[in-house]
Amino acid sequence: MAISLPFRRKRDAHLPDDERPPTTRRLDPLPSAKFRAEREGDWRRLEELLGRAERRSAAALTDEELLALPTLYRATVSALAVARETSLDRALIDYLEGLSTRAYFFLYGVRGRIGPRVRQFFRHDWPAAVLALWKETLASLLLLAAGTLAGYLLVRADSGWFMALAGGMSQGRTPDSSTQQLRDVLYKGGTDGLELLAGFLFTNNAKVALLCFAFGFLMAVPSTILILMNGLTLGAFLALYANHGIAGELTGWLFVHGTTELFAIVLAGAAGIRIGWAVAFPGRLSRMDGMAAAGKQAGTVMAGVVVMLFVAALLEGFVRQLVTTEWLRFLIGGTMLALWLAYFYGPAGRRP
Amino acid sequence: MSARIPRETKRVRMLVTPEGVPLPLELADAGQRAGAFLLDILILFGSIIAVTIFLFFVAKAVPGRATDRAAILLWTIGLFLLRNFYFTWFEARPRGQTPGKRALGLRVIARHGGRLTLDSVIARNALREVEAFLPITLMIQTLATQGYDTLIVLFGLGWTAIFLFLPLMNRDRLRAGDLLAGTWVIRVPKRPLLPELSAHAEETEFTDAELDAYGVFELETLEQVIRQAHAPAVATVTLTICQRIGRQHWSDDGGERDLAFLQAYYAALRGRLEQKLLFGKRRADKHDRT
Repeated sequence: MAISLPFRRKRDAHLPDDERPPTTRRLDPLPSAKFRAEREGDWRRLEELLGRAERRSAAALTDEELLALPTLYRATVSALAVARETSLDRALIDYLEGLSTRAYFFLYGVRGRIGPRVRQFFRHDWPAAVLALWKETLASLLLLAAGTLAGYLLVRADSGWFMALAGGMSQGRTPDSSTQQLRDVLYKGGTDGLELLAGFLFTNNAKVALLCFAFGFLMAVPSTILILMNGLTLGAFLALYANHGIAGELTGWLFVHGTTELFAIVLAGAAGIRIGWAVAFPGRLSRMDGMAAAGKQAGTVMAGVVVMLFVAALLEGFVRQLVTTEWLRFLIGGTMLALWLAYFYGPAGRRP
Repeated sequence: MSARIPRETKRVRMLVTPEGVPLPLELADAGQRAGAFLLDILILFGSIIAVTIFLFFVAKAVPGRATDRAAILLWTIGLFLLRNFYFTWFEARPRGQTPGKRALGLRVIARHGGRLTLDSVIARNALREVEAFLPITLMIQTLATQGYDTLIVLFGLGWTAIFLFLPLMNRDRLRAGDLLAGTWVIRVPKRPLLPELSAHAEETEFTDAELDAYGVFELETLEQVIRQAHAPAVATVTLTICQRIGRQHWSDDGGERDLAFLQAYYAALRGRLEQKLLFGKRRADKHDRT
């Protein structure tokens, strides 16, 4: 580089080395540095409290500390506003932005103890969300009924359809099974490995329901197909048993848990349809906002569907195998249905 | 560390707090999100394998059908819970981040900074079932039972690709779950409070003319150079400043002395610019003539 240096470099040996000015006196602090020194303690305290609260939960803080949190947050945010106007210390502004953001999301984000949130969910949020989806629920129910009817009629007309419709669910039941074999499945009780069965049924059904919901994203087309197919399988079984004249017994067998389980799947389908509708016809909202609103509402319903399926699995795994009296089966299933209806469409969801 | 990367303004959204102070939120980019997801998947698979091995040994150690059944039951339910609630559980906590997101400094928030509800977290994670888990299990099942079936694998890959590339097709880098739940994933890097630079400055007199050579942009660059204290950079910057303000200085090639000089100049320049700031004059950079 051929530039002439306007200052002398140390390497130039002929020049004296000790021209360092003797002044090592400190400057008066800048106003912005004073500003920082006065408030730094608050920021550090906020950072420490946040760290502790985020690591464990809000319960890790004492009442006094919890009360201090919003005050410290507001102090920090206003310090940030002042610093932006008066300070040019980039690192300080970055720090305050980061800290304010963290505190903001702690104070305004997901929070609160899990207990009251769960209680609120059961007392109001869940039934209210289900109630709000009544139209979609009706549509979903009609789809299921249509599928069942179609499956029933097809298998009644030609029992060759059964394997195609029931597929893997048949558990060894085929059109060639004898009436006695079919009847055995319904009444051969026993307690062997029931909890395993319940566990399996629960996870399996929950998966189906989650898919019904999640597929709603694709304009609900796969959701509706899933529900229709569920109906077809159901109808095929009914027809198979009807061919042997024991459809009533099958209904009783299904009724114990079916009222809960099918209700749950209908609700999952309704949630899927709700989302699909919001995607296809957003109406006055933007497509994104419409989808987000539908997604939240449907998310609440889905949390409830998982609970319902858990109940259904318990009924299916234990009660159905232990109770082999037919009228009792109808009674249990009917009671469950009445309870769900009263819960969802009764006063619980209408309370503000 | 806090090297001030010129923020890609396209990915920054301003959130105005109820106190009326705007906070910049930096949306996570697709790479960071993919990294966090991969980490979480590894943790998930790791825990599933660990649980399986553990239950297997328990069942071996304590013979009897009851233990076997209990082990299988625990395994079924444990797997279900892990698969469906791993993400939900972590994201519903105050941090709003799974271990993978935490490692990459990401967190989930409600769009536009509102309150993130449990429903949104459930909705965004239920969709993972369709986005990722369904095609993955489909492919694994095909490989395990029927051997290699090109059609199914291709279908699975195509399916995943649609959802995989969705974040690249919208401005906010949203995946399907975010669209549905109305959520954003933002970066929340840990920023420590760095020491006050002007506190260590030595008293050095600079004339107003010397200080008027630069503006805010140069000041912030200077701050970065001092904080990093990278010797060649310090030497170059010292040289440049001395040339510009026409001051003689003993350089020690980026050593203590140069640093002390820069600190002194930084403190003086900041003092002057901040003083002007009080009168509402902001000098953006050295080309700013106002």
